[in-house]
Amino acid sequence: MRFLLPLGIFGILVALLAIGLTMDPKKVPSPLIGKPAPEFTLPMLHNQARKFSPEDLRGEVWVLNVWASWCVSCRAEHKVITQLAETGLVKIVGLDYKDDPSDGRRWLDQFGNPYYLSAVDLDGRVGIDWGVYGVPETFIIDKQGQIRHKHIGPVDEQALQEEIVPLIKTLL
Amino acid sequence: MKSLYSLIFLCCTVFPVQAAIEAYQFEDAATEASYKELIKELRCLVCQNQNLADSDADLAKDLRQQTYEMLIQGKSREQIVAYMVQRYGDFVLYRPPVKSSTLMLWAGPFALLLLVLVIVVLRIKKTRSIDAPEENSLNQAKQLLEEGQNNSETDK
Repeated sequence: MRFLLPLGIFGILVALLAIGLTMDPKKVPSPLIGKPAPEFTLPMLHNQARKFSPEDLRGEVWVLNVWASWCVSCRAEHKVITQLAETGLVKIVGLDYKDDPSDGRRWLDQFGNPYYLSAVDLDGRVGIDWGVYGVPETFIIDKQGQIRHKHIGPVDEQALQEEIVPLIKTLL
Repeated sequence: MKSLYSLIFLCCTVFPVQAAIEAYQFEDAATEASYKELIKELRCLVCQNQNLADSDADLAKDLRQQTYEMLIQGKSREQIVAYMVQRYGDFVLYRPPVKSSTLMLWAGPFALLLLVLVIVVLRIKKTRSIDAPEENSLNQAKQLLEEGQNNSETDK
């Protein structure tokens, strides 16, 4: 009987710590979910004279994938993004984040280019507006131009099949 | 002697170098003070246990730059904090606001303290009631004591 209270407290502690273990502190919930995608106008990677703005894709469901040639986990993610592009469901716009455009182009030449187009965010200002803090990051934008989902870190096979593709299908 | 002079000279010219912090120029001390305060209170999202002032991450550098530019543009502290929260959420603040989702965080320790105080008070009351002798047993004890005293006096 006298052990009941400490045992109970211990039990509660274990439960709290167990919940804590299942959570990833690196994944900070974005306040931008359900909000209009931040506007920007940036030069395109393959034709810097032309500009891209999210407004151009209003009325479509699209994906913004933040990548860079210096980003190691972007390489791991690359084949999954290519897989998404091959489904033909949505246009994937790349945001080449704080990267030398020539390095970016070389990277795409080397690994293949799954992007509808890539925009160059040289100084990372657009990244800040989108709340980017860990490349790669992936956003899903709906027909009304609202951000519906944010994936932080490399998208893996499981996240693609269980979260991203089903969500895109409901938005189409 | 010459080497001593050159040593003193060296000590005077070599300043401690802070690699992480850029040297920003401020027009007045008040703006500089609010800059320093802001970068202390804003969290770097890359190395999450560091603030913008301490972090050497690229993003921290960009956010320091952003903070600096907004201050120069005459933006207030509140505007800059709102700008960061709009993009990165409450997590960017080292002092999270009191809301329903952070209630546990703010009230939790006090609730726990209160609970412990209540338990302690209850325990003390319980032990006191055991220790406190009852009225008649107290009288009985007094009587016995007096008798004992009387006996010892007659023995002498």
